[in-house]
Amino acid sequence: MKLIDIVEILGLEAIIAGNDQLEIMTACGADLMSDVLAFTQEKSLLLTGLTNPQVVRTAEMIDIKVIIFVRGKRPLVATVELAREKGIYLYLSARSMFECCGILYQNGLQPEEINGCFSPGEEE
Amino acid sequence: MKEKYILEKRIEKGDFNKGGEASSKLKDLLRKLGVDSAVIRKTAIVTYELEMNIIIHSEGGWIRAAISREGIQIFAADDGPGIADLEKAFQPGYSTASDQVREMGFGAGLGLVNIKNYSDELKVDTKTGVGTKIRAIIHLV
Repeated sequence: MKLIDIVEILGLEAIIAGNDQLEIMTACGADLMSDVLAFTQEKSLLLTGLTNPQVVRTAEMIDIKVIIFVRGKRPLVATVELAREKGIYLYLSARSMFECCGILYQNGLQPEEINGCFSPGEEE
Repeated sequence: MKEKYILEKRIEKGDFNKGGEASSKLKDLLRKLGVDSAVIRKTAIVTYELEMNIIIHSEGGWIRAAISREGIQIFAADDGPGIADLEKAFQPGYSTASDQVREMGFGAGLGLVNIKNYSDELKVDTKTGVGTKIRAIIHLV
């Protein structure tokens, strides 16, 4: 799915606009940074409710190119500055995390593979 | 023989603003050296989790990295308090982090789990009241 389609489907507001033609293969939605780091694929999209600079740092580590802040939560100035420095695109959605994920999934965007998934009871 | 580090950085306790700088720097260095992107990503994740652990849990410490034939070696050393229950610390979801840390999206009890999953070799030495030393190796191929 192209970034321009995602922007259109979700009605996103650009904070740092990216290349419209950027191809997004997979997405993940998380508010836990270690959960984000458990995702393994490249060139993906992160949906999150967290707005601090560590979100950008976390994205940088696994080459996430686009971050969407859900539920209308605006990122901190330091977050935007760091994203600009690192070449990460930022968007804002008024919709909830659940709704954003549902819409993207319905439109064919695939979930990410997770490194080390634990089934309940596995550790017993 | 003394290890020659490609990265050596002091990490201060509670310094969230700088959290990730060591990992980011190491990532750039490895990219310039032409290291495989999957290896870089594994290294970045391990280093970042180690770095955040020092910021969140310790009294401050150091992140160091070296390259050898074995692969990329990352060393994390901190001053106190040590990990009281190492077995539990490796259980997904187990955390001793404060609410403030959790609000930032950390302390979910997955840090050491990710470090273990992305490292090819891992050694943890910890002593309660003294500190923790971790060596992680990521193979080049």
